[in-house]
Amino acid sequence: MKKTWIILAVIAVVIFIMYSSVKGTYNTMVSRDEAVDASWAQVENVYQRRADLIPNLVNTVKGYASHEQETLEGVIEARSKATSVNVNPENLNEESLQQFQQAQAGLSSALSRLMVVVERYPDLKANQSFLDLQAQLEGTENRITVERRKFNESAQSFNTYIRTFPKNIYANLFGFEKKAYFEAEQGAERAPEVSFD
Amino acid sequence: MFKKLSFLLIVFISFSSFAQDLPERPNPPRLVNDLADVLSDTEEQRMEMELVQFARETSNQIAIVTVPSLNGYDAGDFAFRIGEEWGIGQGDKDNGVVVLFKPKVGNERGQVFVAVGYGLEGVIPDAIANRDIVDYEMIPRFKQGDTFGGLYNGTQVIMSLAKGEFSAQEYHEKASGGQGGFPFILLFFLIFFVIIPIFRGKSRYYNAGGRGRASSLPFWLLMGGMMGSGRSHGGSFGNFSSGGGSFGGGGGFGGFGGGSFGGGGAGGSW
Repeated sequence: MKKTWIILAVIAVVIFIMYSSVKGTYNTMVSRDEAVDASWAQVENVYQRRADLIPNLVNTVKGYASHEQETLEGVIEARSKATSVNVNPENLNEESLQQFQQAQAGLSSALSRLMVVVERYPDLKANQSFLDLQAQLEGTENRITVERRKFNESAQSFNTYIRTFPKNIYANLFGFEKKAYFEAEQGAERAPEVSFD
Repeated sequence: MFKKLSFLLIVFISFSSFAQDLPERPNPPRLVNDLADVLSDTEEQRMEMELVQFARETSNQIAIVTVPSLNGYDAGDFAFRIGEEWGIGQGDKDNGVVVLFKPKVGNERGQVFVAVGYGLEGVIPDAIANRDIVDYEMIPRFKQGDTFGGLYNGTQVIMSLAKGEFSAQEYHEKASGGQGGFPFILLFFLIFFVIIPIFRGKSRYYNAGGRGRASSLPFWLLMGGMMGSGRSHGGSFGNFSSGGGSFGGGGGFGGFGGGSFGGGGAGGSW
């Protein structure tokens, strides 16, 4: 009789220990998952901010450089493409992130083409509202860099957590999946070509 | 326990992996960090005093960092990382500003960047940081070699912009509610430097001409000993003796609050 009680007590203790360890792990996974979602929201936020700046920028440039129709249209088109790609944080896998990144990279390169064109218009470059817009655009690019870095950090923290033993077992059990990272922009490793013709 | 330790370890490793080229957080904490040695001692002290005063009044922390080299980073990136790593600004308000300065050396261009914490992006938008602070106040002076003038005047603009955002009262309410440490120290100073000297002066040295030097001297020594080597003693002695009611320059800078940076601000080069 006494023995049964001891065994029961041991089982209860073991179950309790297991319960509390799983509970702690699970809750940490949830909170890190949320942290990744939050930093993803920030990433989308700053990209949105860039998209919001573009109509103003295009209008200002148009006033001075109306014959650069092609470049301007390129920017507008890239903008609408970039804003149409949205990634649900539930669905942050390599593929969707790559799609998002590609669309945004298209906008980045259209914008940098515009900035090259602008160099030919000294009047525009002396315009204060253009200078302010340019500063805002630079600031937004800075914010994008920072938020991407923070996203990668939180994704890394989450991934490391769920992929180490024995937490990977729980992660599988509860269906937590590895988050994708932002890769360096394609072509960023190549220095830009400069020509003087 | 083990889980916590391993978590800390992971955090530590992931932090140290991207923090290796950054200057370390100053200890004791300072707001003016002249690592490139471009300011004289008096200039440094003057700015530090004003910035500490400002931080105390408004809770906004403006840190000036001069570095000899950016170690291959983009100036903005470098400034944001310093801000984040050191935790400049209050954790709940993210109201820090980093003014990063790299002197012009030989062919290398000089660089300056004003990084604005999340909480101050509203009052110091990028365009303002770029135009009013960097282009108007800083770069023209840097071009003439007036490093201090550029940094000083630039910071003045930052202060006037940031002043309205968070008031001292709001901050003190929070500080006293949260820790209760500061008022206690104040009370302590009050008792030791004002009440007791007056009391002793009246009772014992009244005939010898009021509040005598001898009465307060042991307390100065006591305090000096207790405060250790934290900051310059000359300054604090001077301030205390000039008036018991004001503790302006006495407290030193309490430390960074863990503010966060999202990429706001602007910079330039010359």
